[in-house]
Amino acid sequence: MILIAVAVGLLVVVAIVVIYFVGVYNGLIRGRNEVENAWSQIDVQLKRRHDLIPNLVETAKGYMNHEAETLEKVTQARNMAMGANGPAQAGPAEATLSRAVTGFFGVAENYPDLKANQNFLSLQEELSSTENKISFSRQAYNDAAMRMNNKREVFPANLIAGGFQKAEMFEIELATEREAPKVSFS
Amino acid sequence: MFEQIRSNQRRSVFVLAGMFLLLVMTGAALGIVLLPRPDAFAEDTSYLPQMALGAVGGLLLWAILWLFSYWQGDAVLLRMAGARKIEKADHAMLFNVVEEMTIASQLGRLPSVYIVEDPSPNAFATGRRQKNASVAVTTGLLSMLTRDELQGVVAHEIAHIKNRDVALMTTAGIMVGSIVVLADMGRRALWYGMLGGGGRRRSRDSGGGHPIVFVAAIVFVVLAPFLAQLLYLALSRRREYLADASAAVFTRYPPGLAMALQKISGTEVELANQSSVTAPMYISAPVRSWLSKASNWFSTHPPIETRIQVLQSMSGAGYKNYESSYRSVTRRHVIGEQTLGAAQPIGLRGPDDGAHGLDARELQQQTRQASNAYLSAAGYQRISCSNCGATLKIPPSMMKRMKACPRCQAPLPV
Repeated sequence: MILIAVAVGLLVVVAIVVIYFVGVYNGLIRGRNEVENAWSQIDVQLKRRHDLIPNLVETAKGYMNHEAETLEKVTQARNMAMGANGPAQAGPAEATLSRAVTGFFGVAENYPDLKANQNFLSLQEELSSTENKISFSRQAYNDAAMRMNNKREVFPANLIAGGFQKAEMFEIELATEREAPKVSFS
Repeated sequence: MFEQIRSNQRRSVFVLAGMFLLLVMTGAALGIVLLPRPDAFAEDTSYLPQMALGAVGGLLLWAILWLFSYWQGDAVLLRMAGARKIEKADHAMLFNVVEEMTIASQLGRLPSVYIVEDPSPNAFATGRRQKNASVAVTTGLLSMLTRDELQGVVAHEIAHIKNRDVALMTTAGIMVGSIVVLADMGRRALWYGMLGGGGRRRSRDSGGGHPIVFVAAIVFVVLAPFLAQLLYLALSRRREYLADASAAVFTRYPPGLAMALQKISGTEVELANQSSVTAPMYISAPVRSWLSKASNWFSTHPPIETRIQVLQSMSGAGYKNYESSYRSVTRRHVIGEQTLGAAQPIGLRGPDDGAHGLDARELQQQTRQASNAYLSAAGYQRISCSNCGATLKIPPSMMKRMKACPRCQAPLPV
């Protein structure tokens, strides 16, 4: 009789522990999906920016004959950023690209004909909006990444979190936060 | 960090409960005034059955109005304002700014974007549920604001959606409306009752019930609408401050909204299409009655100068910054403890557009863009005359009849 009671008690304890760990595991999965989803939101914007830049360079070429170096810088930064893998690598590469684009628009101020070009204006609007979207979605991504990392590091989740990688932070400095030349996006 | 403003919701729910009580009491008072008084010779001479019947009637009226607004509300509001839905191609900047603020607010779903043809600068949001929300701006607003300022205004509107102000203010507004209707019925009944010398109803001494209760009910019926309206307006003003605070968090650039409010308050043009129902959803009070001009107590919106001052003296973009700035300007507090506790510090960002004003040429260009966006959303066709080069914007109803260019009379390829 006592034996049965002990056995049942043990079973209950084991069941509770198993259910608890299943919950923790599912929480980790949810966290990972959240991070992936938040990253894909940023990734869409980054790809969009990479797609816009060749058009921008093509449009500007005809007007800015003496600025081959500036244009080259933008193209290079874009190619570097496209090669980056994952948030941690993309951060610095995208920051460099942001600075190159900001620098380019600073130089473009000196070319009134270019500034009157309708195509150029709409590309400028698209690029500055994309930059904004990247910086606004960065917040959501980093929040999700932080939540995930907290989840997998606390006890007892850390016992089973071995299969879950630490989420990388996406650090990118806004072009406007730097001492960059003042640009007119109007 | 973008938690909803919960504790302020609690406070708002409290106000809403107060209004609900007011509605029930007005219904009960109306029951006393309108229904036949208890029989003097009956055992139970209290007013309880009349009160219960009146209260149920009041609630029923409110429920019917609320259901109607629930199924029809948004479409009716947008149509009343003359709003036209636009696509990205119509006005890229406005569309982009709405997308940016949807991301920043983590709203999850892009609201529909509408343009209203009106020279008065204003904007509003509709949508009880975040799924089918809309943001509408006037052409006047689009033509005079810089990108950062427009972003501030759109952020304020999206904050109204995110904070569920649309649902809250519609529910509250319908309660006020029901109370006004009930009180009006009571007043009319009393007026005609007096004129007719109490012909229809039995005279005072033949009925039972306490006369003091009857007099109290009359006083209540007269006072209730004012009370309800004051509660409603206080609620509306508070939600405006909260939407400003959220807008600062979303944009991280409170001067943008501040400058936009400055420009909006600087214009004398009033909104052509005024309605007190939609008033709390606009960025600045569209209905300016003499009463609301005389005192802040009677306005849907807080004084615009105070809003600007609070936004401009923020030292960061977080809720805590807004609270401390608000406190230093008004010596009162506005944001709930829970929100402040959960709020993370958010730094200010620099201006997107170098914070420069618009010169005459840019102003003209933006005005044209805004007007074109509305026209193309309204189905106007742009045709350029092959003979004299004039660009014609032809309304859909004129498409068939326009045969020749009005400037040079050359035939048009319609």
